[in-house]
Amino acid sequence: MNMGGRVLGLHLGLLVVLFALQFVLPAYHHGNIARIMVLASYAVGYNILFGYTGLLSLGHALFFAAGMYGMGLTIQHAGFTPAPALIVGIVAGSLVAGGLALLALRTAGVAFMIVTLMFAQAGYLTILYFGEYTRGDEGFVIQQAQRVLWGIDLSDPTARYFAAWGLFSVCFLLSLWLVQSRFGRTLIAIRENEERVRMLGYDTYAHKLGAMVVSGTISAAAGAFYGLLFGYAGATFGSVQYSIFPLLWVLLGGAGTVLGPFVGTLFMFYLIDLSSGVTSAYMLIAGVALVALTLFAPQGLTGEVRRRLWKGLP
Amino acid sequence: MLLKVRGLSKSFDGLQAVTDVDFDLPQGEVRALIGPNGAGKTTLVGMICGRISPTSGTVTFDGEDITRLPAHKRIMKGMAYTFQITSIFPRLPVKENVALAARRRLHGNAVGTATAEALGRVGLEAQADEDAGNLSYGHQRLLEIAMGLVQVPRLLILDEPTQGLSEGEIDAFKALIRALAGETTILLIEHNMKVVMETADTVSVLNFGEMLAEGTPQQIHENADVQAAYLGTG
Repeated sequence: MNMGGRVLGLHLGLLVVLFALQFVLPAYHHGNIARIMVLASYAVGYNILFGYTGLLSLGHALFFAAGMYGMGLTIQHAGFTPAPALIVGIVAGSLVAGGLALLALRTAGVAFMIVTLMFAQAGYLTILYFGEYTRGDEGFVIQQAQRVLWGIDLSDPTARYFAAWGLFSVCFLLSLWLVQSRFGRTLIAIRENEERVRMLGYDTYAHKLGAMVVSGTISAAAGAFYGLLFGYAGATFGSVQYSIFPLLWVLLGGAGTVLGPFVGTLFMFYLIDLSSGVTSAYMLIAGVALVALTLFAPQGLTGEVRRRLWKGLP
Repeated sequence: MLLKVRGLSKSFDGLQAVTDVDFDLPQGEVRALIGPNGAGKTTLVGMICGRISPTSGTVTFDGEDITRLPAHKRIMKGMAYTFQITSIFPRLPVKENVALAARRRLHGNAVGTATAEALGRVGLEAQADEDAGNLSYGHQRLLEIAMGLVQVPRLLILDEPTQGLSEGEIDAFKALIRALAGETTILLIEHNMKVVMETADTVSVLNFGEMLAEGTPQQIHENADVQAAYLGTG
């Protein structure tokens, strides 16, 4: 099999395994994996901007929350059904990402981190400010009756798993295709040496803008699905920790690899899950594991595989 | 006239780097731009290709005023620029470095063909799959040139391409420039006078940001002002 075939085989293989797992997993892990797939979709979106374009955003919770509230508020207050509500959430995320990109891309490096962080905080405070509609920190529950998509009850674990799998598959394959496309290769080149890309005749600003919109849109889709599948929207999802999570997941899994976001999300989810079963100081165990990983596999788990075993892994 | 520069000046916080330079480059010519260190050569070509915006003056490319165009649009119009300080994508394969340059004007299989051809011209076919950062310094310089060639530019600007190359590599470079001479217009910033004498049709000399002299290599070689500028007795 040629290189492209092996790459495609590996990535499709993961999706097949995830699909099949649904029939064998015990209920507890079944629910976990569904959650991980949605969060990993969020990380996939983050990775487009951070891992492939080299822009470190500390404000992605803004996009995740835009998706979640775009979906949740229209269901709650406008009586939307899930399908149009999801679309509203995703479009809201794209618009917010585009708007923020226009402002934040005037800066670079540390200033970019701070600007994105500040706008995300402003978004978080906006959610709290309109507490009358959003219920602020407390959040609101999306009732089971409101979560029926095309006759499928998304609160049912099996349906939820399939929906999460579907979302993850789309985001994952989109990212696999994107990073091998002309656009994606230009993004990688921007990450490596932006000035050189500019002097090859590319409009680097337009490319970074595009990357941020794609990244924000995927993040918003993950936020919208998260709210719908797990029946809850709350301000916590717009807080700074939800901007840090995808960064951690992507760093651990391997920034700039297609598999990395999923591997990192899975790893961190179960690291906390398992260590909290052992001791109440589970964050200490998680912290030590994270430090060890950054020391011994600074490119993340998948990044390490690429460095040692499979050089051309996208 | 492919390139026309009028009254171009640049000052950095009061330091006058380039002063009121007029400069014409006809289609098809190989022009060398020489001058002592700090004469303003890189600043001048930086203003021509859009990396630096001028304090005053105009740049006209193929009859069109491009003074206000951003760099990437000038490149799209047919300029290519190779950096004085090697600027490649060290963590990407050699062929991807060249393909990135090719992809701006080509699509599909043509990218691979053009990439292979450009690598062939500079003699880097064998290293196509290596990471560019693993190449020797001389090979990285050649890679820069390949990235310029694959764009099939109408004006190729080479900023000190032979800096740090070995004798053998310089000979190969001279042959390459001579082969290109019929195809494209070349603006060559160069310190190595042997290279200038053997490749350039005409030479422009910049000194303290001003155009000191212009002529054939032979005329420049014999020009008393130029000698004074280089020997520091002027």
